[in-house]
Amino acid sequence: MNRSNWLRVAGALGVLVVAVIIINVAAHGNFLQPGNIVRVLRQITYNCILGVGETFVIITAGIDLSIGSLVSLTGVAMALFANSIHLTGVPLVAATLLVGLAVGALAGYVNALPVVKLNLPSFITTLAMLDMALGASYILSHGRPIPVNDSAFGVIGFGSFLAPLTNLLHVPSIPIPVVVMVIVIAVCSVLLTRTRYGRYLLALGGNSEAARLAGVNVGRMTTIAFMISGMCAAIVGFLYMSLFASGSPQTGTGDELLESIAAVVVGGTSLMGGQGSIIGTFFGALLIGLLYNAMNLLNIDPYLQKIVLGAVILLAVVADQLRKRFFARA
Amino acid sequence: MRNIGKTFPGVRALNGVSLTVQAGEVLALVGENGAGKSTLMRILAGAEHADSGEIAIDGAVVQIDGPRAAEHLGIGMIYQEFNLVPAFNAIENVVLGREPMKNGLIDDAASRALAEDAFKELGVDIPLDVPIARMSVAHKQLIEIAKALSKHARIIVMDEPTAALTENEIDRLFEIVARLRASGAGIVYISHRLEELPRIADRVTILRDGEVVETRATSAFPTDDIVRAMVGRPVDSHFPALAPIAADAPVVLDVRDLVNPPMVNGVSFTVRAGEIVGLAGLVGAGRTDICRAIAGADIPRSGVVSIDGTTLRVSSPHDGIEAGIAFVTEDRKSQGLVLGMSVRENVTLAHLAQFVNRFFLIDRSRELTATGVEIADLQIRTPGPEQLVRNLSGGNQQKVVLAKWLLGNARVVLFDEPTRGIDVGAKIEIYNLMIDLAKKGVAIVMVSSELPEVLGMAHRVFAVRGGRIVAEFGREEATPDKVIAAAAGAPAA
Repeated sequence: MNRSNWLRVAGALGVLVVAVIIINVAAHGNFLQPGNIVRVLRQITYNCILGVGETFVIITAGIDLSIGSLVSLTGVAMALFANSIHLTGVPLVAATLLVGLAVGALAGYVNALPVVKLNLPSFITTLAMLDMALGASYILSHGRPIPVNDSAFGVIGFGSFLAPLTNLLHVPSIPIPVVVMVIVIAVCSVLLTRTRYGRYLLALGGNSEAARLAGVNVGRMTTIAFMISGMCAAIVGFLYMSLFASGSPQTGTGDELLESIAAVVVGGTSLMGGQGSIIGTFFGALLIGLLYNAMNLLNIDPYLQKIVLGAVILLAVVADQLRKRFFARA
Repeated sequence: MRNIGKTFPGVRALNGVSLTVQAGEVLALVGENGAGKSTLMRILAGAEHADSGEIAIDGAVVQIDGPRAAEHLGIGMIYQEFNLVPAFNAIENVVLGREPMKNGLIDDAASRALAEDAFKELGVDIPLDVPIARMSVAHKQLIEIAKALSKHARIIVMDEPTAALTENEIDRLFEIVARLRASGAGIVYISHRLEELPRIADRVTILRDGEVVETRATSAFPTDDIVRAMVGRPVDSHFPALAPIAADAPVVLDVRDLVNPPMVNGVSFTVRAGEIVGLAGLVGAGRTDICRAIAGADIPRSGVVSIDGTTLRVSSPHDGIEAGIAFVTEDRKSQGLVLGMSVRENVTLAHLAQFVNRFFLIDRSRELTATGVEIADLQIRTPGPEQLVRNLSGGNQQKVVLAKWLLGNARVVLFDEPTRGIDVGAKIEIYNLMIDLAKKGVAIVMVSSELPEVLGMAHRVFAVRGGRIVAEFGREEATPDKVIAAAAGAPAA
């Protein structure tokens, strides 16, 4: 991570710390309880994972609008698959997840194809995918949730990580979805900051012609970004399916898309491409999650909460822009 | 401008700079990259605020707190990177931001009249209804000037207006500048092309490290003195001595019947180890396109490229790099660099595979070591390897591009306009670098619009016209008039 990225992360973190202290005082200390923190982490898991995938696409100066629909489609596809094969337990869970990832990756590939080959804006291609994937999801499911009965999925949806240890230490148990989120963040962050793929992606987002002339296969790297986004959507579809014990066409079609994009932007990733970080997206999602949680603790009217959220998003982006100007020549 | 001072975080850009421009005068402002010319002019144009000092126009101290204010004061700025909207035509660009209105709508007839007047005043005739994206650089330059004129600018700043122009276009530009001067405008003319100054400037002011070193009438300021004042040390010769090519030097690059219409129409030549070959020609002759086809930036329709006797199959820039071809592109900002990345990230970009450990992770400490070596070798002036290249001066950015390609031990290096828009000191450093590369047995192809550079730096010169090599000259027989005649298609005198 270069210096400006550190500044972005540090900036987001600074805002977070100040906000947390103020809120905790106002909420009579309920805010910083370990149990409450775990609750927030659990709540942000889905949008955070979606945001992580979206970060890769936004770094290419593109956008993936189809992720919500892909949560729905992959969830339904996985439920159908899980009901159709004769496996149980861990093998079933693993095979189902792989199928979901394959569907997500394929959808991402299709999203990228016109972008890479015909230079179409991804806003359009993924908007088309948003409709098509949702339509396919409703057709496959006949518009109804498809129950999955294997208890192994319940462990994913409701289980805790290292429960004996957390019980022994009298700390709140860590939900499996949160662990999944941490793994996704860790893997994607290393991918973006430490591998050739990540470096190439940032380079082509910053200057695609310079990257191409430096030998970067711009088309392939861009395609992979959309596939990662699709696979992150599949992971969220998998978590939702496990949680609800069913694959429902309606999951993922609510606020997920816009709130995950908000997390990416609040986290300091530039919509112009070429700059961004996974950790930033996590903090963006965390900031939004903490805000909701705090407003609930403070009994703020839910309608008012929406206004506050919008204002905070705007504020975060304005602050980021101002900081960028300030450091433009540093 | 009196005692102008400006400090950026970590850099003192200007230190008490004062200069005057009189009505009906052309003042040339010269200095190395990073000397502070652009910053000074940006302050004048209101794009940047000075930390100290004052600006007076016609004797009255003025406050310039933005581009608008500068405009109202009659200051017209013609930046190196044009501020034109590519999809707009000449008229729309000229009136942009102050469109004549009628009944709440844009008055097209008045807009056209305004633009036509401006072009008439310039004495040029250019198509008004074509999107300027389809126009030549020279036309865009003229539109910029017309824009400034139509705002009744009395102080006109031109930042390297000739950097992208051909000889003919430069002649016309100079006529226009002379006319502007005669009409009483004060002109600040920034240029790296010192040979232009006697033709155009009344006085020359030299900036170095954010301070004015010297101001003299051009007639009393020989070019050698200017160069010395710019770099702060004597410079003996522009071009370092070329090493002779060994008699038994093998052919490294062999290009046969390269065809990629419309710009490459059957090109064959060879370059031996240690040889520097120059491609001379007019803009649009196909020089750059020949390089692009060799490097795999464009895929040639037919033809064979071999390196060290091995025929290449190049279908992407990546293949070219693998085969040992380094292509130092013409436009560093749009093709050579990722401006938002650090020096380190730019330097290693084309050869990142060298820095990956067995866990597929980039080894940053090895990157830093390699970048440090390049920074030292090429004398890149940067606070460190983590500096964003956006913040480096043009010459240092160009060195970063070179460093990127030198990292790979290329067998063939294609230099496309390697010294465009950089100062004399940096130019000489780049010449020396080319010679060092040649001594190591690398085959070098150089494209340059500056004829003296091609003649001074190449063992052989090819004149390119219409996508073909139309003439070849050995070092001794290559004279400016012969090469120009061949490149322009005139019968040799």
